[in-house]
Amino acid sequence: MLQKSWPVEGATRVPYWVYQDADVYQEEQARIFRGPTWNYLCLEAELAGPKSFLTTFVGDMPVVVARDPKGELHAFENRCAHRGALICMQSRGRAERFTCIYHNWTYDHAGNLAGVAFRNGIGGKGGMPADAKPESQAPKQLRVEAIGGLVFGSLSSDVSSLKNYIGPEVLPRLQRVLTRPLKVLGSYTQVLPNNWKLYMDNVKDTYHASLLHLFFTRFRINRLTQKGGVFVSKDGAHHCTFTEMVEDQGDAYEKGGMRSAGSADFKLEAPEILDQADEFGDRVAIQILSLFPGFVLHQIRNSLAARQVVPKGVDRTELHWTLFGFADDDAAMTRRRMLQANLVGPAGYISMEDGAATGFVQRGVAGAPERASVIEMGGEAIGSQDSRITETAVRGLWKAWRKHMSI
Amino acid sequence: MSFQREIENLHSRYAHALDDDRLEEWPNFFTENGVYRIATAENEERGLPIPVLYAEGRPMLRDRVASLRNANIYEPQRYRHMVSSVLMEKLDEKKIKSVANFLVVRIMQDGGALLFASGRYLDRIVLAPQPLYEERVVICDSRRFDTLLAIPL
Repeated sequence: MLQKSWPVEGATRVPYWVYQDADVYQEEQARIFRGPTWNYLCLEAELAGPKSFLTTFVGDMPVVVARDPKGELHAFENRCAHRGALICMQSRGRAERFTCIYHNWTYDHAGNLAGVAFRNGIGGKGGMPADAKPESQAPKQLRVEAIGGLVFGSLSSDVSSLKNYIGPEVLPRLQRVLTRPLKVLGSYTQVLPNNWKLYMDNVKDTYHASLLHLFFTRFRINRLTQKGGVFVSKDGAHHCTFTEMVEDQGDAYEKGGMRSAGSADFKLEAPEILDQADEFGDRVAIQILSLFPGFVLHQIRNSLAARQVVPKGVDRTELHWTLFGFADDDAAMTRRRMLQANLVGPAGYISMEDGAATGFVQRGVAGAPERASVIEMGGEAIGSQDSRITETAVRGLWKAWRKHMSI
Repeated sequence: MSFQREIENLHSRYAHALDDDRLEEWPNFFTENGVYRIATAENEERGLPIPVLYAEGRPMLRDRVASLRNANIYEPQRYRHMVSSVLMEKLDEKKIKSVANFLVVRIMQDGGALLFASGRYLDRIVLAPQPLYEERVVICDSRRFDTLLAIPL
């Protein structure tokens, strides 16, 4: 059990040891990622047809997701029952069965141990005793649920259904985007030099978006003066923020003398990269949605993507981006998604800074594990608000984290 | 092989402009409608269209530079390009197809240096009135990018 105490101020403070401590990291792997949570695994569209598979992660844990011959989805730990080697080393493909290369133990599409090489020896010599139970160390099988083409897995038998887990505040915002069969358009990985929770903090921080990401405000794409809001699930774990498609004509940033203020002599020569088709019919320009512990879905104009947050140690995180469209997209829509890919990812006009800012926090708090961040925009409240000048969703993350960690 | 030196010279001038932080010159290595695209080998092999970075035409290329100079926030950094193994083929009297390997080392202000990217340039080049990229596709060998990709490759 961790011997850690939280600052007396409670919800408005987050101590910096949460991003630095190796014991905390190990504990959250067990209590959160392998605990009573749902973890994003992949898109259903990435598994085209029976016997297809891909490899992914739940926290540190390597996982295989596969369709059986009937097309049913399964997920299991990518660890051989014998010596712990990876069962599947390819990132994706199609297989009749999975064979560990080390000693040829085989598994079916659900991760059941189907064969042990030379189990009965040869010619009455060698092999395992009749009462051996190699299945006792079989890879763990995950509960799998899919929603709108997104596949989630859980090692917990206690966690409620995926829809209940997400809850009524955020679920409609997820379903708003996932209206039709999806089509994968591409994927890449951004390596972040920081603890995984700094990225989740950042995603849930509606206050930073227009202040750090100058591209937004310079072109008046997203300013806090525009209509928008934030939804937070009752337990604080999940959030969704959105902005409507109104070009802001106000001058709050200019009056405030902010670094991110617009400038008359700074205009895009080719603004067509921002042209948006209102594909969901509700005039939402930007929606960022997160599910605890490590999933983000974005709609930035017509750019759509799933982001999987994969912790790789106390101060290293991989962000696996999968950009997608819909199976029935026409050529014009695919072109919009391609042009607007410029807004997101490691080279994204409006997302490249996130990796830098969260890395700056990781470096800035070195030597200050007992100091704490001040998260007091919007007071102490944790819940939905109609202003984005709030840190309500960040406080929600820590409420959920502390509950899982019993801190 | 009279055009060979001209093409290698174009690749070299392009690399030096980026490495010397002369970003404003970068769009001028392309034709007026020139296309620049950064992709990953994995997405290319899977036939997936989404780029890491995409621009068509000098206005979009200039927007990228303007945003890097005036909007985007990133830690001071420089690149060092190594461009080699250039092969080329004449498409017609005016156009050349070229493939070249590249390595890019990224050097941060604290001295930290990282092999940031490796891959291939797949180019279509017009020769007259001067050699310019009609299309430059940058295929990165890895799907992984450290922190952020600000300066073009």
